[in-house]
Amino acid sequence: MPVPAKLLRHNYLRHDKKFPHVWCPGCGIGIVMGALLRAINRLELSNDEVVLASGIGCTGRMPTYLDFNTLHTTHGRALTFATGVKLANPALTVIAIMGDGDATAIGGNHFIHAARRNLNLTAIIVNNSIYGMTGGQYSPTTPFGAKTTTSPYGHIEHAFSIAELAVTAGASFVARSTVYHAGLMDSLIEQAIKKRGFAVVEVISNCHVQYGRRNKLGNAVDMLKSFRDNSVSVRKAAKMEPEDLEGKITIGVLTNREMPISTEEYDKIREMANEDKR
Amino acid sequence: MNDGDRERLLLQGNEAIVHGAIAAGCRFFAGYPITPASEIAELFSSLLPAVGGTFIQMEDEIASMGAIVGASLAGTKSMTATSGPGFSLMQENLGFACCTEVPCVVVNVMRGGPSTGLPTSPAQGDVQMARWGTHGDHPVIVLSVSTVSDSFSITVKAFNLSEKYRVPVILLSDEVVAHTRECVILPTSDEVKVIDRIKPSVPPDWYEPYEGDIRGVPPMPSFGAGYRHHVTGLIHDKHGYPTQKSEEIEAFHIRMTQKITRGFPEIQMSREFFLDDAEVAVIAYGSVARSALRAVQDARKHGVKAGLLQLITLFPFPRGNVSPVLSACRAVLVPEMNMGQISREVHRVNQYDCRIVKYNRVDGQIITPTEIFKSLIKL
Repeated sequence: MPVPAKLLRHNYLRHDKKFPHVWCPGCGIGIVMGALLRAINRLELSNDEVVLASGIGCTGRMPTYLDFNTLHTTHGRALTFATGVKLANPALTVIAIMGDGDATAIGGNHFIHAARRNLNLTAIIVNNSIYGMTGGQYSPTTPFGAKTTTSPYGHIEHAFSIAELAVTAGASFVARSTVYHAGLMDSLIEQAIKKRGFAVVEVISNCHVQYGRRNKLGNAVDMLKSFRDNSVSVRKAAKMEPEDLEGKITIGVLTNREMPISTEEYDKIREMANEDKR
Repeated sequence: MNDGDRERLLLQGNEAIVHGAIAAGCRFFAGYPITPASEIAELFSSLLPAVGGTFIQMEDEIASMGAIVGASLAGTKSMTATSGPGFSLMQENLGFACCTEVPCVVVNVMRGGPSTGLPTSPAQGDVQMARWGTHGDHPVIVLSVSTVSDSFSITVKAFNLSEKYRVPVILLSDEVVAHTRECVILPTSDEVKVIDRIKPSVPPDWYEPYEGDIRGVPPMPSFGAGYRHHVTGLIHDKHGYPTQKSEEIEAFHIRMTQKITRGFPEIQMSREFFLDDAEVAVIAYGSVARSALRAVQDARKHGVKAGLLQLITLFPFPRGNVSPVLSACRAVLVPEMNMGQISREVHRVNQYDCRIVKYNRVDGQIITPTEIFKSLIKL
């Protein structure tokens, strides 16, 4: 039985040490953490069977606070460690939580190959368009023209669209939400964890401190409101012209397909190898 | 194949490493193709599935190193193998393994460097890198192999030390040892001494993930076994959580250093040849030690009282094994396929009148017995 919402923190937050957390007031990462816990709770996973891996950055600190088997790895490498854990013990539910710079700049190669490889892993990417922890430098998802501490004259590169990148790279399940759409996010993360295969949930989040402030996007509430006003569902987006989708955030399930899973395919190889031996 | 008998096989060094690893209990290999180490990955991909293990070829060496640390945390003995350029990429997650005390074995089949260097030629240029390649003060054990038989037995030792001390062990081979084929008689599984990591025996609520036992080594549970804990590359306290308290940071470093220092007698391995009455000696390791042995035998025939100390452990540098040779001999020759990476260690520990002479080759060629012999008789 899932525990009632008010007991979530007792069940899943670490009791010993390590609070308060590192996130700024109003940060969206806490909302993602709440959604993750609600999803795990609804799936009735035991704390012991969950492995939460992260890289470096604001989002990378999430595992520190949660009472699972937690692994705070090197910058961009969460998925490589997660791959090893999952292959060594496929019974574990392995979730990687990453930021946009973590997953798609320094970890970009690991990200696309994890999607291609299709292990039974879940990747949650908190995309706030900036390197927050290091002081607001531009990331692979910083929009063209945006002001950051390393693009003081305006950004001259173009942004990745993380969810679409994951679809193209071959992930089994890809979805996008924003931190405003907390209910949707719960459901998408739940579906992603349940999905057999590599599942990606991109969550558009606010860094009003490092990104919003320099680009006159207001405070945390203002940024959440803009997520509300600029999001369109996948179904609605399908009927819209590309020019009307400019600046919009498409939310919902982008892809959900069935493909062979590496761990299960490897079991077949083990059988073949054993037959050879006989 | 008959399980009861010893197997007699014609193997190359790279293949013997795989057999040694599997005998030691290794059940996970992640790697990326690179000359002259690729045969290790190839043989693992063929042998691991039949013993219930897992092989994966990752997208690069950074990922390979991450994957073996992940697999080890999930309770599986794991290994990767590479050569210089790949070893450079592995330094980041190797440091993570040092900091979080995750057992694993990293093989570096040395080729000429720097950079892409000499992909098909032997060298010993990565010796100091193996010790200090990843940033920050960190414990690590570096072993070297000189024969195909060594490639089996020292690989087993590498896993045992890694499990016992919760430290990554780097196994240095070189292109000559890797590709030399020799007949080896593999021990049966009963004859191979295998050490496994100690798991916590206390109830999960009492478990402190980074509190050392009497040796300074914390017991290590597998992910999923009920001992939920935090593993981070940040400097952490005994609970595993990041700390900025200077007394906790210092305690972390002291325990990490001492757990290896306490194991010196076991960790520091070498072999002695003709040293009992030696007046001059060669200190060598890897494929050069093979040439050195022949040179010493030839020198003896010419009436020179020569001996050989073959280093198996390169780091922690086996001072206790080297010092008696330095005190007993009037001169020592240190031949290496680099510009003098171990001879500087020999210099460092030399408190005697012993003259230390370097002999170096960095031209992609092996050092022959004749070259060593000629230098030896001049000492």
